Amino acid sequence: MTRFIARRLLVTIPVVFGLVFIVFALARLIPGDPCRAVLGERATDVVCDDFIHRYGLDEPIPIQFGLYLGQLSRGDLGESIKHSQPVTELLIERLPTTIELTILALLFAVAVGIPLGLLSAYRHNSPIDVGSMIVANIGVSMPVFVLGLLLQFLFALILKGTPFALPASGRLSSGVEVMSLVEVWHLENVTGGLRGLLDFISRLYVPTSLITGQWGALGDTLRHLILPMIALGTIPLAIVARITRSSLLEVLGLDYVRTARAKGLRERTVVLRHATRNALLPVVTVIGLQLGGLLSGAVLTETIFNLSGVGRTVFEAITGRDYVVIQGFTLIVAILYVTVNLVVDLSYGFLDPRVRQR
Amino acid sequence: MTGQPAPGAAAPLIAEAETLKSARPASLWRDTLSGILRQRSAIVGIVILGIYVFIVIFADQIAPFDPRVSMLGLEDNVKKQAAPCIHLLGCAASLPEHIFGLDTNFQDVFSRVVIGARISLGIGFAAIGMAIVIGGTIGAIAGYSGGKTDNILMRFMDVLLAFPSLLLAIAIVSALGSSLLNTMLAIGIVSIPIYARIVRSSVLGAKENDYVVASRALGESTAGILIRRVMPNAVTPLIVQGTLGIGTAVLEIAALAFVGVVSLSEITWGSMISIEFQRLFTAPHIILAPGLAITFAVLGFNLLGDGLRDAFDPRLNR
Repeated sequence: MTRFIARRLLVTIPVVFGLVFIVFALARLIPGDPCRAVLGERATDVVCDDFIHRYGLDEPIPIQFGLYLGQLSRGDLGESIKHSQPVTELLIERLPTTIELTILALLFAVAVGIPLGLLSAYRHNSPIDVGSMIVANIGVSMPVFVLGLLLQFLFALILKGTPFALPASGRLSSGVEVMSLVEVWHLENVTGGLRGLLDFISRLYVPTSLITGQWGALGDTLRHLILPMIALGTIPLAIVARITRSSLLEVLGLDYVRTARAKGLRERTVVLRHATRNALLPVVTVIGLQLGGLLSGAVLTETIFNLSGVGRTVFEAITGRDYVVIQGFTLIVAILYVTVNLVVDLSYGFLDPRVRQR
Repeated sequence: MTGQPAPGAAAPLIAEAETLKSARPASLWRDTLSGILRQRSAIVGIVILGIYVFIVIFADQIAPFDPRVSMLGLEDNVKKQAAPCIHLLGCAASLPEHIFGLDTNFQDVFSRVVIGARISLGIGFAAIGMAIVIGGTIGAIAGYSGGKTDNILMRFMDVLLAFPSLLLAIAIVSALGSSLLNTMLAIGIVSIPIYARIVRSSVLGAKENDYVVASRALGESTAGILIRRVMPNAVTPLIVQGTLGIGTAVLEIAALAFVGVVSLSEITWGSMISIEFQRLFTAPHIILAPGLAITFAVLGFNLLGDGLRDAFDPRLNR
């Protein structure tokens, strides 16, 4: 097992190194003057000379790469032109919204997708199966932003005035606020890293309002998150449902399942205890792979639903030609994605003894 | 077309002889075709895509108006963001007929959706074609040479695959500049690793076969062996993945256009939505029309891809 983990970790290092290199190379591909591409057309020569020297852009490429690595190791992703703020700071500030949205969307996908897939497989070719697979097919074919807009149209306009109406944008209704942990627990004199951590958690509205008992705010946050969650979670849901279905179908045809049935076990035990357990193994990998799509989808979802998370920041960066932000975000998300898939792979090693042997 | 053995090859010889006696003269093409036509999803996919192909080819004839021309002043009773109006369905005859309505610039939405099909589907097709050629070559070289070359090439593919594809495409287009060519390049580049992997695994599976060894013994060149003996094995998975891949590419183009990295002056489905999405509550038809155009196109590719996969899969008995 240790060897399995060690080998997997070793393979990841060059991949991360490669990610950094590609992001670095992309920034060097920007046609024309790098200074004006970053600082805007109206930057003066003096400012540009300073910029080029400060970022070592007058050095040879290998040295530039070295400088970039050094910069990254200090957690420095450059400075956003539009926000005149370090990108790292900007991302940390906006990350909680995205984390909340992504996790909820993934939970939604798993909580609905797995049962739907199991049911479809168990009732193979029944109307439930055919119906849910048609929905799943349409689900993976619809762009996130189109689905988001359709949901807004349905729940915020058509159902307006009914109990099913849901807000179409923002994180909270006007007038509603989530009090931060510092405020609730009177920790104003805490400073430094701990304070930063508390502030970060406080921007995760769901857990914060949950642990501090701000029920009104919790309800409001959740109501605002339902539509974005469905919009973002539908594609992974459809994928999870399809994989679960085909995986269970395959397992149900295996000899050991027939044996279990033959020895008189109840159908429920056979399907849920014997078959499902093995059928869910491939699903675990697929869930890990969804994260990349979710984080890309967050760019679209947050834009539509006006949530000021990392995704919306990237959208604004694209329109504002704030390339440093795009670059930083791409790198962070890619590294996050690699890490999560590493964890998934390792967990696969725990779940399936055969993987460890290889 | 396919280098794979006919399904059911493991069946007893007698049964095989029986079928041979009674069967029509079998041809690989006909077998493949009838296999595909037995898949319901493939048929639906083919029908949907057939309609789109027709629209793309005859777009100029189908579009009733110039997609870039404002109807203001050209027709009477023109209203900004006018709702769809079809005379046959009871729309007042005094109003000009626009089956998908007008947008904020008084342009005919139907014409824009029809013309937009060209860029949206054309780029998807071109990008995946590029990815198959480049990825396929990389995969073939990696799989056939093995050793260090294989390792280096495939590690590089792993790195590309490690990026969420849409984000990498956004980063590429925003670095290179927002032209249609760059959009195609970006989508092609992020798709390369998938095809490299497919071809590599087919090559690995095929290269130890006796017929390959025989060709080598007969003095056939490496390129000849790769192209004539080994690559036919990769054709089936490439067709399946390529079909699904175009669907994904269409979604990615729409997303790139929506976030604004594709120039909004180009008529694509994504950019139509991007320009108008703030007007969802006042004029939903402007967003719905291109939105459904994207959805059905992608659905067509997904259904056809799934159907092809099932049709080509020898494990599924027919």
